[in-house]
Formats: sequence, structure tokens, C-alpha cells
Amino acid sequence: MADRIQLNQKSYAKLSRRGLILGGLQAAFIAGLAFRMRKLQVEEASEYRLLADENRINIRLIAPSRGEVYDRNGKIIARNEQSFRITIVKEDAGNIEQTLYSLSNLIKISQREATRVIEEIERSAPFLPVTVRDQLSFEEIARIAANTPNLPGVSVEQGLSRVYPSLESYAHVIGYVGPVSDSDLKRGNENNPLLKIPRFQVGKVGIEKHYEDVLRGSAGIMKVEVNALGRVMRNLDRKEGKPGNNIQLTVDNELQSYIQARLGSESASAVVMNCKNGEILAIASSPSYDPNKFVKGISYSDFNELRDNKFRPLASKTVQDAYPPGSTFKIVTALAALEAKIISPKDSFSCDGKIEVSNRFFHCWKKGGHGEMSLSKSLSESCDVYFYELALKTGIERINKMATKLGLGIKHDVPMSAITKGLVPSKDWKLKNREQEWLVGDTVNASIGQGYVLSSPLQLAVMAARLASGRNVKPILTKSINGQNIHNLKNIEDLDIDKSYLKIVRKALFQASNDRRGTAYGSRVIQDAYRMAGKTGTSQVRNITDAERENGVTKNEDLPWKRRDHGLFINFAPYDKPEIAVAVVVEHGGAGSKSAAPIARDITLQALFKGKPPLEVYPAKDRTAVLERQKKLGEVLKELEMFRKNKV
Amino acid sequence: MTYLEYKIRAVPRGFRKLLYLNWPIILLLCAAGAIGIIMLTSVAGNSWHPWASAQLKRFFVGFALMISIAMVPIWFWKSMSVLAYITSLVLLILVEFFGSTGMGAQRWLDLGFITLQPSEMAKITLIMVLAFYYDWLPDQHVSKPQWIIAPLALIFLPFFLVLQQPDLGTSLLIVLGGGVMIFLAGVHWGYFGVALSLSVGAILTILYSRGTDWQLLNEYQYRRIDTFLDPSSDPLGAGYHITQSKIALGSGGWTGRGFGQGTQSRLNFLPEKHTDFIFTTLAEEFGFIGGISLLIVYTLIVAFAIIAAIRNKDRFSSLLIYGVTVTFFLYFAVNMAMVMGLAPVVGVPLPLVSYGGSSLLVLMVAFGLLQSAHVHKPRGVI
Repeated sequence: MADRIQLNQKSYAKLSRRGLILGGLQAAFIAGLAFRMRKLQVEEASEYRLLADENRINIRLIAPSRGEVYDRNGKIIARNEQSFRITIVKEDAGNIEQTLYSLSNLIKISQREATRVIEEIERSAPFLPVTVRDQLSFEEIARIAANTPNLPGVSVEQGLSRVYPSLESYAHVIGYVGPVSDSDLKRGNENNPLLKIPRFQVGKVGIEKHYEDVLRGSAGIMKVEVNALGRVMRNLDRKEGKPGNNIQLTVDNELQSYIQARLGSESASAVVMNCKNGEILAIASSPSYDPNKFVKGISYSDFNELRDNKFRPLASKTVQDAYPPGSTFKIVTALAALEAKIISPKDSFSCDGKIEVSNRFFHCWKKGGHGEMSLSKSLSESCDVYFYELALKTGIERINKMATKLGLGIKHDVPMSAITKGLVPSKDWKLKNREQEWLVGDTVNASIGQGYVLSSPLQLAVMAARLASGRNVKPILTKSINGQNIHNLKNIEDLDIDKSYLKIVRKALFQASNDRRGTAYGSRVIQDAYRMAGKTGTSQVRNITDAERENGVTKNEDLPWKRRDHGLFINFAPYDKPEIAVAVVVEHGGAGSKSAAPIARDITLQALFKGKPPLEVYPAKDRTAVLERQKKLGEVLKELEMFRKNKV
Repeated sequence: MTYLEYKIRAVPRGFRKLLYLNWPIILLLCAAGAIGIIMLTSVAGNSWHPWASAQLKRFFVGFALMISIAMVPIWFWKSMSVLAYITSLVLLILVEFFGSTGMGAQRWLDLGFITLQPSEMAKITLIMVLAFYYDWLPDQHVSKPQWIIAPLALIFLPFFLVLQQPDLGTSLLIVLGGGVMIFLAGVHWGYFGVALSLSVGAILTILYSRGTDWQLLNEYQYRRIDTFLDPSSDPLGAGYHITQSKIALGSGGWTGRGFGQGTQSRLNFLPEKHTDFIFTTLAEEFGFIGGISLLIVYTLIVAFAIIAAIRNKDRFSSLLIYGVTVTFFLYFAVNMAMVMGLAPVVGVPLPLVSYGGSSLLVLMVAFGLLQSAHVHKPRGVI
């Protein structure tokens, strides 16, 4: 018994010893846990607090409202409109098919859209809204709002979308915005996070693209708390972004709309400039397109129609197309010759219809020739042979220099897309680009704006403006950004051309418009205060063969459209105190005097009168036709104005 | 007077037994249970449902079970040890064939009226049978090799069955619990040296076997080891649990973010926030102070239990109390080490706090045995 108890005591002592060792190990482990807890919760607490906030706080960008664009009088050209889209949330909707079906009774939902919505819903988390349709009209929204009880999970979301209330009038100037594309992201290594906002739109062409940085503004920030699945639990903070800057253009909305309507469906373009300071009052190209279609996402068929149209509605003909300037270029040749003192205004010369230069005949447009010609008469009657002679004596280099002085062959800096430099040839140019020697015949061709010479309507308008004002004006399209004028228009330096020479040419152009024998006499103005001085141009896009000359030149109307002559006209007015300069080009329109000059007269008068001109300024025989046209255009413009009013 | 007679005479009878319960441990268990109820309310978004109310009911059932078991003399339980052990082995085999699958492992046995997790049961019955064995085995035989084979077999039978499920965490806890019993019984240190080197060898072999034809663990278990060693390597995949749990703990700071204010748990960044990872919510919302309080409660339970074991002169009772204590200790130590990023993620609940029926009931049964051993311990002079 005692043994047993002794044994028990021995084993008991051993058990207690081991028990204490075990207790000690446990205590050590618990101490380790406590230290670890202290390390995490006390020493590294701030670090982990930050990580927890990073987890739960999601920063979202708020798209700023894009800057608006106005005309010189504050009329709106591009603005933002509340746009509505409807979204559907799966977990609230329950039966998606049923909800979509109810929805399709209220608004149009195509089968394709419905399939896309269902697919998208299956892919994304059940609490994420999926867009069913974008850009809904007000009535559609009203219909949905009235039926909300029957549409679980359907909600209307608001956004801003770009609207161009003047429809086609500014398409080539303002351009349009569209969704961010890969090339937008690549360009100028843009890493602005705004571009990643779904549905964010950036400028694609024209002002919208050129002034993208000015118009865009900066993003606002919204902090939201999200759970592990990304569901927004609550809004924490909201900081509005900075809206984009507004831009005011020098364009006059009335005039622009008028010109767009006046050009109509003709493939033509026109530029009106303030000839004293270079402000562009109107710059229109026709046919045009509705930029709103691009904002909403143009359909393939609509786009193909625009792309394949032979009148090229997508092209901004005023700045991106260059035409042979034809006789309008004679202004350059005349001034170059005067400056080189090769002729004086009194010198005269006989035109017998053609001239032979290095075994080749160059013809005057007038069969049989003009007879005795002075500089003034040769300009107003547009004698070709006179200028052939003049150019041969002056030489291409002097002509080139003069053309540059007048603003040809220069890429003017206006905020539009794809601006052409045009072309004023020189010997060097031909050697470099054509790898050929300059021929005397080239000079002859260039003298009347044919051959290699190419100018855009904008360049022609600049030439007219410089000629009229004697100042080195540069075309300006942007008046102010956010109310701040960006161009100093006060001290524009004089042109580096003797004033007396300019005066001679101006007078000759006055005769062209007002002398009975002048080429533009048909499109004259009969009130002295508004008289125009202009130069017609008819530029060939084909060669006239000798055989043709023998049998009589084919009439323009009998040629296919593509091979007809371009009709050009540039002018300034009023002659005594020039204010505006105008250039009109009618593609394949035939003689400039017939196609471009009448349009230029209407535009000039519209600009001078800042509205519809009185019939009295037109010659009596034109008035019926003018009146009829005014009526027709009045209706078109009224309709456009109605639309604007609805949109603004 | 025989030892047995003495024991019977010296024990309290009837309701007087209630006075002899180890009340500090009972109160501490209730404290831990209360913390559990509070946290389950919090993770449900300050709601009694669905977890807190159910857990409270279970706690009451468990509590009643504990008191009832405590009222029954310890020698009755001692006589049931072998039967209990065999029953749990049978259940472990049954779960292989009829068990339902949860989290990729065969763990649950639906007996119609109750779903059982036999692996939890096995932890306790192993301790009972080992206590029984070493109480029976004369002390001088303890370190003899031929007397070590039997306890090893007793340990490795349930170990392999649980590993089959597969539940690596619980099976390792079974080995640890059994090993501690052998250690307490007084087996020579040398054996533990050999066991340690063998397990190091085994771990190296397991790691080496990865990617070979005889790969010993499942790929997901290897991945867990990977992410344990470097949680940042896969912060959104397998390392997500550890990373998020550390963020929750750390962001609690000294005093925590307040009841129901823990963003990590409220916004569901925490996995298993009402079960295995509930400690992170506690630490996030009540900070270091909250976390350390629970740790102190646990430590006191262990401390009181060890005191009770030392003061118990009956070898079976003493061994049993140690065993229950170690099982309890391993629960919370492994769970806390896991959420603090000190141990790989294994499915071990936080005792008395995590939501879950099986582990709570088994723990209460274990503490019932502990209390029975305490109430019916030999008193007076020996």
C-alpha cells in the first residue's frame, strides 16, 4: 500500500513537472501572439489603416462639362445637352426578359439590343447597371418615368452630350466629338485618366480637335466606399471638376448659315474675311453634313453615303482643297511685274489670241484676242496673252515671291483640320519635287494660275484681303477663349508692296466688276457705297487639244462633271472703303463669272448689310431672280432657326 | 481503505457538487462566449440574425451538457474512454463513406437529428483513451519502446482517417494533442528528439515530393504553404485571406474602429468573417485592447485548468484536464497565429467565439469532463 502511494507520489511529481513545462511553453506561445498583435495593431497600425482605406475607398472621375463654342455675337454653335440613358440592374429587376419586354412596349428596343443587354448582364456583377439604350428623347424618358412601378431595376441616368444646333452650317469648322479611340490614346502619349471614363468624348476634327485641351476641362473626383465585390456602399466625398473653357469664334452665325444655304447642294466653298484684321466672318464648304450624327454614332449606311458622295461632303474644301487659281492669280503676276518695274500702267500690248513660246502655242481664252491691252484692261477683261508676256519678262521667282507675300503657298494657322499649304511653284521646287528643269512654258502657265499653281479658297480670300487693305492680315478664326482675346488685331503691319501698285490693281478689279467690258460686270452692285471690286477665275482641269481648238472647244456643259472647269471669284467691298474680302470656288462650275461671281455678290451684300440686302442694290434685270432666291433661302434659314431655338 | 473507497467517500454528493465546480473556468467560458455573441452580432451588420441567436442557443445547450457531464463521476467517464475512442473511430470511417462534403473535404456526418464532425470528437476521445492508458500503465514502463507503440497507434489511427478527408489542420492538431499526452505521461525526452527530427524529415520530404509522381499532398495544400510563406505573392488569389486579415487587424489600432464600424468585415473584404476569421473583426473593431482581452480570457482558462490539473492527485483526471487544456489551447493559438499570418490558413475555429455547432459542443463536452474530474477529485489526506 505504502509502495503504491509512494509510486503514485513519484509519478504525480513527474506529471506536475511536465505539466508546468507544458504551461510554460503555452505561456511563451501566448506571449508571442500578444507581441505579434502589438506589432500589427500598434506599431504598424497606420500602415494597415491606409491599406484598409485603399481597399474600401474607390476614386471615380467625374467628367467635366466641355467648353461651349459661340459665334462672334454670342450665338451658340456647340453646346452640351442633358442626355438620358436607361440602365437596368439585374438584382433589382429580377426577371430580366420580362422587364425588357415591358420596356420594349414603351420604347423601341431591337432584338439585337435586347440580346446584348442580356449577355452583358450575365457577364457583370448583379448590382452593376447595364445600359439598355442611350440618347433617349424627352418623350421616351417621360413614358418610362410614368411606368416606373412596372419596371423594377430600370433607372434613368443623366449625362451630357454634345449638340450642334446649327446642324450642317459649321460641320467643317467645328468638327465633332466622338468616343475615345485607340489612336486618341496613342496620340501625344495622352495618359489623362479622363479618357478612360466610359462614354467620354473627345474632339475628332476641326475646332473640337484643335482646341481639345482648352475645351476639355479637368476631371472632378468622387470618392465612394465599395465593398469587396465593388458595390458602392455610400458616397464619401465629391469634388467637382473644372469645366472646359468656352471659345468664341470670329464667325458670324447669320452669315455662315446664309452662305451654307446659298451654296446649297453645289460642290462649292466660300470664305468671308474682315479685310482689315483678318477675322474670318464665314467659312463654309458644301455640301455639308450633320455633325450630330457623328456624336450619336453614325450608321454605316449614312457614313458610306457621305464617303462615296462625289461632291465629298466630308471634305473641308475651304482649307483642305487646293485648286488652280486661274485668272485670279493674274493679280499676283501683275503686282510682281509692277514691283519689278517691267511695265508701267501706261504701257500697252497687243493680244492677237495666242503667243508662241519655245515652239508651242499658248492661247488666250478669247478666240482672236483682245487687241490693244493695258495692264488695267488686261486684268478687268482677263486677257491671258498679256500675262504670258508679262510673266516671261518678270520670271517665275519674282512671281513666286509676290504670291507668298499675298498669302498663297502658305499654310495658314487656323484651328481647322487638314489645312493645305497649296502650291506656288519655283525652279527649285520643280527640281526637287519633279526632278525636272523649269521650262519657260511653266512660267507661262503659272502666270494665269494654271500649271502647278494651287491655292485653297482660304488663301484666295487672304490674297483679296491683303490686296484690299494693304496690310499683312492673317486669317483668324478664334476671337476669344474664356472671354480673353487671344489675338492682337490692333497693329497689323503693312504689306511689303508699294501702295501705288496695289491701288492700280484694285482699280483694275473695280473695272472688272463695274466696267461694261469687265468679266464680272454681270455680277455688279449698282449702289456706289457697296460697289465691289473682284476678279473672276476659270481654271481648267484638262488640256484642250489642238484638234479641239480647230473644231471648236467642247462646251463645259457637255463635259462630264469631273472634267468641267472650276469657277472662282475673289473680291473685296466696298471699293472705296474696303471692309470685307470674299473668295468663292465652285468646283467644276464652269466660268467663274457665271458660277462663282453671282454667289460672291450675294454673300458680299449679305455681309455688308448684316442681313438681307435691299433689292435696289442689284441691277434691275437681276432683281426678280434675286427676290425669288431670297424667298427660297429665307424659308430654309427660318427652318434652321426654328431648330436652333428648340435646341438652345 | 482502498484508494477507490477513499475517492468515493471524499467526493461531494447531489447538488452539493455544483459548489465544487471550477467556477472561474465556467465564468471565463461564459465571458468568451459573450464576446462571441457580440462579434457575431457585429458581423451580421448589427443583427441578431442569423448567427448570434443560433449561437446563443447552442451555447446554452452546450452549457447544460457541460454541467450534466460534470455531475457524473469521473470514473464513469474513465470506464467509457475506450468505448468512446472506438465509437469516434467508427464514425471517422463512416464519414469516409456517408459523410457530406464541405469545403472540399468529407467532414460532416448527418445522423438525422444532428450533424456531427467526427474529427472534432476524435480529439477528445483520443485524449480520454491516452489518459486511460497512462493511468493504467505502471510508471516504470512508460518509456519502454514496447509500451510506446500502443499510444502511437492510438494517435495515428484517427490522424490518418482525418487526413483522408482531407483535413490537414485537424489531423495535425490530433497528432499534437496526442503527442502532448505522451509527453505529460513522462516518456523519455529522447523520443521527442527522434520524433522532431522525423517530422522535420517528413516535412522536407513532403515539400520535395511536390510535382513528382508520388506527391504527398494535394496541390491546394501546397499552394496554402506557398501563400503562407509569402502572402504578397498572390494578394488577390490564395494570399487574399491572409493579406486582408492582417489589414483588418492592423487597421484596428489601439482601440479599434468601434462596434460595427470595421470596414474590412462590413464590406466583406474578410473571408469567413463569422467563422475562422472572426478574430480579425474583433481586433478591427475593438483594437489591440479588444484582441488582448480575449487572449487574456483564454490564457486565464488555460491557467486555471493547469492549476486544477496540478492539484488533482488522480492520474487519469490530471492527464484528462491537461489534455482538454491543450486541445483548447491549440484551438485558439493556431487560429490566432493563422489570422495574424504566423501559421498557414487551416480550418481551425476560434473556440467559443466562431460560429459553428460541432466544435462548440465538443469543447463544452470536454470542459464537462474537465469539470467532472475537478468535482470528483481525491480530497483530504492521502
